[in-house]
Amino acid sequence: MFMATRPLGLGELAELLNISAPAVRQLLESLEGRYLGMQVVEVAGGWQLATKPQFAEYVAQMHRPPKFRLSPSALETLAIIAYRQPITRPEIEQLRGVNCDSVVATLIDREFICERGHRNAPGRPMMYGTTDKFLQMFGLASLDSLPDLATFIEQQQATTMEGYVAEE
Amino acid sequence: MENTAVSITAPIAVNLTEEQLSRFTGYPVTLPVFAGPLDLLLYLIKRQEIDITDIPIALVTAQFLDYLALMEALDVELASDFIVMAATLLEIKSRMLLPRPPALVDEEDVEEEDPRAELVRRLVEYQQYKSAAQSLAQRADEQSRVFPRTTAVEGLPLTRMLPELDGDVDAFTLWTALQEVLARVEAVATPAVREVTRPKITIRKQMLHILHLLSASPEGVTFTAVFFYEGREHPLTRMEVIVTFLAMLELIRLKRLVVAQRSLFGEILLKSVQGALPVM
Repeated sequence: MFMATRPLGLGELAELLNISAPAVRQLLESLEGRYLGMQVVEVAGGWQLATKPQFAEYVAQMHRPPKFRLSPSALETLAIIAYRQPITRPEIEQLRGVNCDSVVATLIDREFICERGHRNAPGRPMMYGTTDKFLQMFGLASLDSLPDLATFIEQQQATTMEGYVAEE
Repeated sequence: MENTAVSITAPIAVNLTEEQLSRFTGYPVTLPVFAGPLDLLLYLIKRQEIDITDIPIALVTAQFLDYLALMEALDVELASDFIVMAATLLEIKSRMLLPRPPALVDEEDVEEEDPRAELVRRLVEYQQYKSAAQSLAQRADEQSRVFPRTTAVEGLPLTRMLPELDGDVDAFTLWTALQEVLARVEAVATPAVREVTRPKITIRKQMLHILHLLSASPEGVTFTAVFFYEGREHPLTRMEVIVTFLAMLELIRLKRLVVAQRSLFGEILLKSVQGALPVM
């Protein structure tokens, strides 16, 4: 995993080590909390060795973190696609109440979403879904690790002016 | 809109703070501060500190229009979606002002829906995704503090660091494989004189054929083996290739089988999905 440049799947690790997948999982779990600066993280359907967040400042001195910058509009659209995929652009626009042409194009460009075939409906609109890069960017093991949408109803009050930051 | 010729002092009407105002007047004028009309509406409602299900429609409509007027005065290009929302608000407002027809006695149960109901439903749903978006941003922030290796060690040749291919056959790969099979069919010359028979191949029949092949070999069947297998009775025709391919796609769609490719440019492997329903 130290040498790998992407998350390794359970089956792949098992094949490399010539042991069973459950045995690999057990070994991975036993690594939790060990190794001073490193941790084993489950992301995008595989496992990866990564630095621990508390050492981010030190690592950042040698290695600039990938600058993550998405406008509130793009984030909103991405959230809708993540939870409702596969979803067509008109459906996104219905939910957001605003035209989403350029936002969807940006998200495709940054490889957070991809086309997922046509919906069998009038006009055969294109459907969109999230990519593995999306999972990696947001540190998600799979789409199942997205927090339940229902939990956000409670958080109404938490929304403050902080959310309204103009795009750079 | 009576106050179209609004001056920069107009935001007072919308009760914006100096700091918020500076966002509107700062140069260069950035993209709309709000992610859309629903976002703006949500903000206006939140500021009233009122229940989202009981929107003072007259007040909110007036403030919404004030905002549009302000944007117009600042020469900010407004998305037409804002105008659509303004129209919706005005329509709701007018419907609430109109006296309701006196309810008929036997229709007492049929309560007329609040004109605001649809808007409230949309706002609540929108708010959910807005919160979800904020939580995603937070996640990305946390994730940016974790560094995995992203580049390989220089000078060491990669042996298996290509993306994992299992179960990751895309439409193009399948299409290429189909072309190869078709090329093999066409290579066999069709006799000039032949008996024309009605094709007896159906997608359903070919689906059963594929499932039969798969049940005989649980470790999987290669793409070409579906077409060229031992004990064929007739020479393969173009029609049969296409119908069989359609049957294969249908089985993939029904999640009865998965396609995988072990290596780059390798043979495509078909595998039946465990625990699938018995053949229809």
